[in-house]
Amino acid sequence: MEKEIIIFRGITKRFPPDILANDRVSFAVEKGTIHVVLGENGAGKTTLMNILYGIHQPDEGSILLRGREVRITSPRVAIELGIGMVHQHFRLIPNHRVWENVILGFPRAPRFFPAARAREMVRNLSQEYGLDVDPDAYVWQLSAGEQQRVEILKTLLRKAEILILDEPTSVLTPSDAEKLFSVLQKMKEEGRTCLFITHKFSEVREVGDRITILRKGRVVETVAKGEADFESLATMMVGEKVSLFLEKPLVTPGEPLLQVEDLWVLDDRGFPRVQGVSLTLREGEIVGVAGVVGNGQRELAEALAGLRTPLRGRVFLKGNDLTGSSPRNVREAGLGYVPEDRRMSLIGDLTVEENLILRDYQEPLFRRGTFLDWKRVREYAENVITAYRIVPPLPRLPVRLLSGGNRQRVALAQALVSRPQVLVVANPTVGLDILATGFIHRLLLSLQEEGVGILLISGDLDEILTLSDRILVLYRGTIVGERERPKSGWTEEDRREIGMMMGGVTEEHLVVGK
Amino acid sequence: MREPIVRIARRLEPSPEMVFLVSVGSVIFAFLVSGFLFSFLGIFPTEAYRVFLNGAFGSFYALSETIKRMIPLALIGAGLSVSFQASVWNIGAEGQMLIGAIVGAWVALFSHLPSPLLLPAMFILGFLGGAFWGVFAAWCRNKLAINEIITTLMLNYVAANLVLYLILGPWKGKTVRGFAYTDPFPKEAWLATLGATRIPLATLLLAIIAVFVCYLILTKTTLGFELRVVGRGEKAARLAGINIGRVVSFVMFLSGGLAGIAGVGEVSGIHHMLRHPAHISLGYGFTGVIVAWIARANPLGVLASSFLFGALMSGGDALKVSFGIPFQVIYILNGLVLLFLIASDQLLYYRIIFRHGHQDTREEDYGGVVD
Amino acid sequence: MGSLISGIIGRTLAYSVPLLLATLGEIYVERAGVLNLGIEGMMSLGALVAFAVAFSFSNPWFGVVAGGMAAGGAALLHALCSITLRANQVVSGLSLGMLGMGISGVLGRNFEGKVLGATLPVYRMPFLSSLPGFEKHNVFVYLSLGLAVFLWFVLFRTRWGIVIRSVGENPAACDAMGINVSTVRYTCVVFGGVLAGLAGAYLSLGYRPSWSYGMTGGIGWLSIALTIFAFWNPLWGLVGAYLFGLLYQLSFRFQAHVSPELLNTLPYVFPLIALSFVSRLAARKRIGPPASLGVPYKRE
Repeated sequence: MEKEIIIFRGITKRFPPDILANDRVSFAVEKGTIHVVLGENGAGKTTLMNILYGIHQPDEGSILLRGREVRITSPRVAIELGIGMVHQHFRLIPNHRVWENVILGFPRAPRFFPAARAREMVRNLSQEYGLDVDPDAYVWQLSAGEQQRVEILKTLLRKAEILILDEPTSVLTPSDAEKLFSVLQKMKEEGRTCLFITHKFSEVREVGDRITILRKGRVVETVAKGEADFESLATMMVGEKVSLFLEKPLVTPGEPLLQVEDLWVLDDRGFPRVQGVSLTLREGEIVGVAGVVGNGQRELAEALAGLRTPLRGRVFLKGNDLTGSSPRNVREAGLGYVPEDRRMSLIGDLTVEENLILRDYQEPLFRRGTFLDWKRVREYAENVITAYRIVPPLPRLPVRLLSGGNRQRVALAQALVSRPQVLVVANPTVGLDILATGFIHRLLLSLQEEGVGILLISGDLDEILTLSDRILVLYRGTIVGERERPKSGWTEEDRREIGMMMGGVTEEHLVVGK
Repeated sequence: MREPIVRIARRLEPSPEMVFLVSVGSVIFAFLVSGFLFSFLGIFPTEAYRVFLNGAFGSFYALSETIKRMIPLALIGAGLSVSFQASVWNIGAEGQMLIGAIVGAWVALFSHLPSPLLLPAMFILGFLGGAFWGVFAAWCRNKLAINEIITTLMLNYVAANLVLYLILGPWKGKTVRGFAYTDPFPKEAWLATLGATRIPLATLLLAIIAVFVCYLILTKTTLGFELRVVGRGEKAARLAGINIGRVVSFVMFLSGGLAGIAGVGEVSGIHHMLRHPAHISLGYGFTGVIVAWIARANPLGVLASSFLFGALMSGGDALKVSFGIPFQVIYILNGLVLLFLIASDQLLYYRIIFRHGHQDTREEDYGGVVD
Repeated sequence: MGSLISGIIGRTLAYSVPLLLATLGEIYVERAGVLNLGIEGMMSLGALVAFAVAFSFSNPWFGVVAGGMAAGGAALLHALCSITLRANQVVSGLSLGMLGMGISGVLGRNFEGKVLGATLPVYRMPFLSSLPGFEKHNVFVYLSLGLAVFLWFVLFRTRWGIVIRSVGENPAACDAMGINVSTVRYTCVVFGGVLAGLAGAYLSLGYRPSWSYGMTGGIGWLSIALTIFAFWNPLWGLVGAYLFGLLYQLSFRFQAHVSPELLNTLPYVFPLIALSFVSRLAARKRIGPPASLGVPYKRE
C-alpha cells in the first residue's frame, strides 16, 4: 500500500486570456493525513482543487492517485475515485430538504419513494460522526455551520476517502471550527485523507500534518508540521516581508452619529433575523459587529441602509429618525453602505465611471437638468482612479474586467461619493489578498481620522480586532456581548472570549467560566 | 515560443467588426438554409434569391416598399430597444400597435374634429392608446407580480379580438357590404406620401425622430441611466434608490406608445381604414423584437436592422406573389435569422490572432489584472 | 339538465387536452431551468406533421408519432441554442415559435381543407366512462389525465425527480455531484417539445380532424401562463387546465348575448385574472419559479 495517495505532477492551468492560475504545481499528499494547502486569495489553491475534483482540466501535468495516473474528467469521475469536495460556496439547494440534498445524484438511493431510506442514511451518518442536522429541515433554514455539515454528509455517504475542504472555517464560529477539526481527526483515524485549503496560517498549526504553500500559482514549499514557524509561513505565503501592522489612529470618539434602538428585522423568508439590536456609533469611531454569517448581519446592514423596513425599533442618524426611510433618503442623510455582495453595489456590465455615480447620478455635480454631464463624470472618475490607484486606470472599462481588489476599491469609492458621516461596511475584504486587504484597511482608518463613524460588520475576527475601537458580538440576531478596546490593544483573552460569544456563549457564562 | 501562427483567443468584450460580421453572416446563413425549403417547394433556390433581392432592392418601387415596411419596424424596434435595455420583455408590440390603430380609427371616423386637428389627434391619442396597453402590463408586473412576457402576450390576443369585434360589429362599414372592415377614413385623415411612393412622410420622420430620441434618452439622460442600471442589476438599482416600478412603467409607456404610433401610421398612411388585424400588422410586433435584438438594443442600430427586416418583408412579399408561397415564409426567414444570430452570439467573444514579429499579448485585453 | 352538465364536462375534457399536455411539458422544461416560449410554434408544427403523415399513410398513429418527433426536433434546436450555446432563452424561444408557425404555414398550404379519413379512434373506459362527461373520448383524453399524475409522481416521489428539480434550482450543485446538467436539460426540453407536438397531433387528428393554419389558437401561449398558475406542479397543471377549459366552455353559454369576438378574448383574460390571485398567494407562501430558470449554466 502506497503512502502517497495523491501526487500532483507539474500541473499548469491557464485561464484565457492571460491568467496563469497554476504553474507547474508538484507535491504529494500522504494517505491518512490532513494536508494543508496554504496560500493567499488568488494563489491558485481553489483552481488546483477544482482540477483534482474534475471541474477543470489541467493544461499540462498529471495527477497520480494511489500510484496510478488518472484523468479526472468530471466530478462524477472524481466521486467514483473516492474524492469528495466541500466548496467554499456551498453547493446546496436552499429550497430543498436536507435529505434531498444529500442523496442528490447518489446512484444507490432508492429509485422510488427515496425519502424514508434517505432520512435514515442521513441520521445514521450524522450520529456516527457527530454531525448533527435534521434531515427534514430545508437547507435555507440552516446556519452556515449546519450547511457545511450537510456538505460533509454528502461526501461521507459517497464513501469519499479523500476529502477536499475549501476554506471551511470562513463561515464557522471558533467553537464550530473546533468541532470540525475533531470530525476531521476522526476521519483521519479511519484512514481518510484530507486536503484543507486555507489562507489563514493561524489554522495551520491546529490541523495540518503537512503544509504546502502556494504563491502566485507556484508551490513555494511543502513542510511538515512543526518545521516552520508562524513568521516563515507568512513570508513564504506573501513572498516578501509584509508589514501587517497598521497604525491605529488615536481618535477620541465624538458625538453619537448613529443610534439604533431595539431593532427587529425580517429576512427574505419572513423570519425575524435581527431581534432587538441596540447600538450607538460615534464620530470617529469604528465599531465592529462580530459574528458568523447568517446571524442577522445582512439584515441589520440592509435595514440601516434602507433596503429593509424594520419590523420594530428605531434608527436615528444625528437625531433624525431614519426608520424605514428609502435607500436614497438614508444616503442623503449621510449614511454610506458598502454591502458584502458586490452585485449589490456594482454592476459588472457598466463601466467604472458609471458604477461610481451609480447612487449619486442625481447630484448637481454630475448632471445638467435631466442630462448627465459625462464630461464631469469622467473627470471625477479619473480623480478617483488616481486617488484609489485603480488598475488599469480606464474610466470606461466595464467593472467586471477588474480584479477583486480593484472592484472593492470602486465599491468603496462609490459609497464615499456623497461624503457620508456614517459608513456601514460588510465584510469588506472577503476574497482579497493581503495587499488589497491592507489598502482597504488603511482607507477605513483614514476615514476614521477624518471623523467618519464606521460600522464594520465582519465574520473575520482578525479584521474586527485590527480595526475596531469597540466590538459588539451578534449571535442569532441579538448582541450577546460588547468589548471596549483597551489602551494597550486587544489581548488574547479578548480574542478568545469574543470567539466564544460568536458561538453563542453569553457574557454571564463567560463570567461563570472564570 | 511554441505559439501557432494563427490562434483563436477569447475576448472579454465583443468587437464592433465581429458584431457586424456575425449579423451579416446570420442573414446569409438563414438564406442558405431557406434555400432547402424553396427546393422542397419545387422552387430553384437561386431563382428564389433573385426574386427576393429584386423585390427588396431591385427597383425604385421595391426600395420604397422596403422603406414602407421599415417605418413601423423602426418605431417599434426603437421602443423595444429601450425596454430591453431595462430588461423589460415587452412582447406585446403587436397588441399595442393594434390599439393604436383602433384609437386612430376612432378619431378619424367618429371624433368629428376639424380637419387640421385630425391627424395630430390621431397620433397623440394613438400613442396614448398603445402606451396605455403597455402600462397596463407594467402595472400587472409592479402591483400583481405577473411577468410582463405573459401579460403582453395575452394582451396581443385581446387586442386582435377587439379589432375583429369592432370591424365585424359596431364599426363595420356601411358601404362595405360583406367585408370586414370599417368605412374608409375621410381624406383629411390620410397621411401624405413621399412623391410617387407609398411611403407616408409623417411616419418616416416620426420613426427617425423616435430612433434619435430613444438614443438620447438611453445615453444622455438620468432616466436612461436609471433604466440601464435596472436592466443590468435590480439589486444594485434598489440600493441606488431607483424606483424600479417607475422605470418599468416608463419603458412600457414609451415602447407601447411608439408601437401605437406605428399602428396609426399603418391605418392612416396605408390602409385608410381599420381592417383585419393580420392586414394591419403583418407581424410587425414580433419582428420588432428581432429588430431590437439584432441591433443589440441600440436605437441607432435599429435604423439599420429595421431596414434589413423591411427588406426581408418586401422580398418575402415578392416571393409570395411570384411563387404563390404563403405569407408565412417571412416568419421562416425571420425565425432563421434570429436563430442563427443568437446561436452565433458566443462567436462575438472570439477573435483570430495572427502571430506578429513581436509578442504583445496584452493588446486591448485587460483580463486577469492583478492588484 | 344532466345531459347539459355531462355535455359541458365532456367538451371541457376534450378542449383541455392540448392545454394540459403542453403545460405538463413546459412544467418539466422549466423545472429543469429552461424557459421555452416556442410552444405555440412547436404545437403548430406537430399538428401539421401529424396531419400530413396520418393523411398520407391513412393511419392516425403514424401521425401521432411523427407529430411528437417533429416538435421534439424543433425543441432540440431550442435546447442547442439555450443550453449549449447559452443564448438568451426568451429570444431563442420566440424565434423557435416563429419558425414553427412559418414552416407549418408554408408547408401546410396543400393540406388546408383536406378531410382526414383516419382520425383517432374513440374509446369507452371501464368505470371512468360511467361518469358524466367521460362517456366517449379518444385515448389522449384518458392518457393526459394519467400522465399528469404520473409526471407528478416522477417529479416529487422519485430519485430522478430530485435531480430534475435540483438542476433547475442550482445546476452548480448538481454538477458538483456528478450530474450532467446538459443531459438533464436537453432531455426535459425535448420531452416538453414532444408533449407540445402530441398536443398539436391531438388537435389535428382528434379534436378537429383537419389542418388549418392558426388552429392552435394561442393554446401554446396559454400553457406558459398555466405553468406559472400551476406553481410548476403537474397536479395543479391538471386542475388549471380543466379550470381554464371549463371557464372557456361556460363562456359560450353567453354567445347569444355577447359577440363571439369578445368572448374569444376571455381565454386570454382568464390567465391574467387567475395569475393576479395566485401570484399574491405565491408571494405569501414564498413559492417562486425554479431559482435558475432562464439562466444558462456555465462551470465557474
